[in-house]
Amino acid sequence: MKEIILIKNGELALKGLNRGTFEDMLIRNLKHQLKGILECDISKSQSTIYVVPTEEDPDMDAAAEAVSKVFGIARFSRAVVAPKNMQQIVEVSGKYLKDQLAEVKTFKVEAKRADKNFPLKSPEISRELGGYLLKNNPHLKVDVHDPDICVTVEVREKYAYIHGTQAFGAGGMPVGTAGRAAILLSGGIDSPVAGYMMAKRGVNLVGIHFASPPYTSDRAEKKVHELAAEVAEYAGRIPLFVVPFTEIQEHIKDDCPEEYFTIIMRRCMMRVAEQIARKQNCGALITGESLGQVASQTMGALQCTDSVATLPVFRPVIGMDKTEIIELSRKIGTFETSIEPYEDCCTIFTPKHPRLRPTLEACVEAEQGLQDLDAMVERAADGAKLVVIDPVRY
Amino acid sequence: MECYFDNSATTSPLPEAVDAVTKALTENWGNPSSLHKVGDAANELLEASRRTLAGAFSCKPAEVYFTAGGTESNNIAVFGTVEALKRRGNRIITTAVEHPSVEEPMKRLEAEGFDVVRLPVDGAGRVSEEAIFGAVNDKTILVSLMLVNNEVGSIMPVEAAAKALKRAKAPGYVHVDAVQGFGKVPVGPKALGADLISVSSHKVHGPKGVGALYVKKGTRLVSPVLGGGQEEGIRSGTQGMPAIAGFAAAVEKGILDRDLSQSIAHVTALRDTVKEAALSVDFGAINSGDDALPYILNLSLEGIPSEVLRNYLSDRGVYVSTGSACSKGHRSTVLTQMGLEARRIDSAVRFSFSHTNTLEEAAYAAAALKEAAGTLRRG
Repeated sequence: MKEIILIKNGELALKGLNRGTFEDMLIRNLKHQLKGILECDISKSQSTIYVVPTEEDPDMDAAAEAVSKVFGIARFSRAVVAPKNMQQIVEVSGKYLKDQLAEVKTFKVEAKRADKNFPLKSPEISRELGGYLLKNNPHLKVDVHDPDICVTVEVREKYAYIHGTQAFGAGGMPVGTAGRAAILLSGGIDSPVAGYMMAKRGVNLVGIHFASPPYTSDRAEKKVHELAAEVAEYAGRIPLFVVPFTEIQEHIKDDCPEEYFTIIMRRCMMRVAEQIARKQNCGALITGESLGQVASQTMGALQCTDSVATLPVFRPVIGMDKTEIIELSRKIGTFETSIEPYEDCCTIFTPKHPRLRPTLEACVEAEQGLQDLDAMVERAADGAKLVVIDPVRY
Repeated sequence: MECYFDNSATTSPLPEAVDAVTKALTENWGNPSSLHKVGDAANELLEASRRTLAGAFSCKPAEVYFTAGGTESNNIAVFGTVEALKRRGNRIITTAVEHPSVEEPMKRLEAEGFDVVRLPVDGAGRVSEEAIFGAVNDKTILVSLMLVNNEVGSIMPVEAAAKALKRAKAPGYVHVDAVQGFGKVPVGPKALGADLISVSSHKVHGPKGVGALYVKKGTRLVSPVLGGGQEEGIRSGTQGMPAIAGFAAAVEKGILDRDLSQSIAHVTALRDTVKEAALSVDFGAINSGDDALPYILNLSLEGIPSEVLRNYLSDRGVYVSTGSACSKGHRSTVLTQMGLEARRIDSAVRFSFSHTNTLEEAAYAAAALKEAAGTLRRG
């Protein structure tokens, strides 16, 4: 039995004249995500993308999982290929659907006859296949209104395709169609989610992480590699810049008023991030900030951090509750890694009573103590170590 | 000649496993939870070992947890899932022929009021798919099945369990005790439809005192082992790194680098040599079913008590077990459940093979078996 994957792309259908470009990008991303998992041909025809394995013994479970993480796909289904005659369609379907039907109690059959020369009409195809499945799976009942599974037969140009209920794709837009942006990854729960959300809108990600040895450990950095690899399962390969941040942090600690430590640190991070982002042709910065979650994420504090950036700063989780962010991080698979307990650069040197509503003027004033700030920022940006993070492959 | 045919009790460690254990005791003996370089090195070894096991399960490394062995894996799986799901249902399904490390937890849960259903086996020691579908209802919180029976080698249709749970729209999980199947047949969670899978190191030519539990991502589990939160809290306690490293080495060399179907063919030839010898004796009988995994052959020379045959063979350097090595002195539950006559059960011995056994060994054992038949029978 030859199994393929049929992909229906969602929002893409709305994109008018750009549709072709978007679909090509989607196909390119699919090829990337399936590399090392499935050798296949990928082609499109009438708003459906066909993933057809070319290897002997394809791992279709792994392939389907990879496809489920590619943005720009609304729904997809694994389908079996049958020759275009009713006898064969019935036999192949019976064999192919056996396992899926064992899991359910009710079903219905829907037929779509794109090839109008096929001798049977759609209702006749449904009736014939439905009757056969019923006879061979005595535990089943037909339910046309709310079936556990809907078996679909699509009679197309060359072959007939039969599949069970469609799976939901990752939604969104193909990565790369919205340009490039740099995500600040701390190692916490929020930033990987923010990266995921922007990738979902078609953004290609560059990662930036601030490391402050000896205050932060090797394992804290490794954890960020891992998080980036988990996000890369959706976003594709991520170049991750690890910024040496110790010098700046020590100077802020020594030379600035304590209650302004965090906000000045955030401003410095933005400055360094912006330099790297510009060199990497990024059109925006992304952070995992959520309004009011901590002192540096109040509206006043965000104004202070934004004022040093000239690129737009995307904060996709700004209006989300912590519980909602956690729920999403569990879904995308970064939660367990995020909660590994290592100090990161955001948690060291934190003041006991940070300024909750800092004003921009006061911030600028507090920063006066920093000698050679521009040079330090430049050293940090230039000294960043590049680690290329590929999606985790199992 | 010495022939070790008790590989379901334990196996001889591979040289690579011994090396890995030694290295972890001499060169890399740190605590993986320590956050300095000595700890980092141990942690890297731990994570590399986890990746190896993930390769054997075809799963994500984060879904593999190291335990102190098959028994602990089974205890954590059974108690842990039931504790997590007890508010959603009361029914637990298992078989009548489980290893004590599943059966004993089941007894306790039953005493606590859970509705434990033990599926019966047929004459070949196998539960039927229909029985699994029939037993699972929408209050089922766990189906725990062994993949391969340790005494007769019957292979259970475990993949039906996940389908049955879905069909019944039950909240439950599927746990597979794959201790006897690991290294012999593929134990991928996808093919088995399992949420949890137990395996043990010393059954696959690794050191004793270590095992692993596969837990599918997202599975709710409240571990009965409490402590420092190692292994994501599923198995607290400092990881037994020497044994874990040895386990991973054994899996790498002995399972991942080996063609399992080729081994099955080899072991089938070994099994058939012994089987034919038993059947050539007119009071010889095979207790394992025809479809049993060839690694395990349970046979009886009726009239010769199990112990007598085992001692006779042992004197000649052929090592087999009477029933399961774990339950000396009891009449085998499995053989009783299969409906065998007492006479047959009382003379049952188990040959359990490894791919490392040779045809010469099998021929030698076959000859010793025939010799025993000629010498030992009384009345």
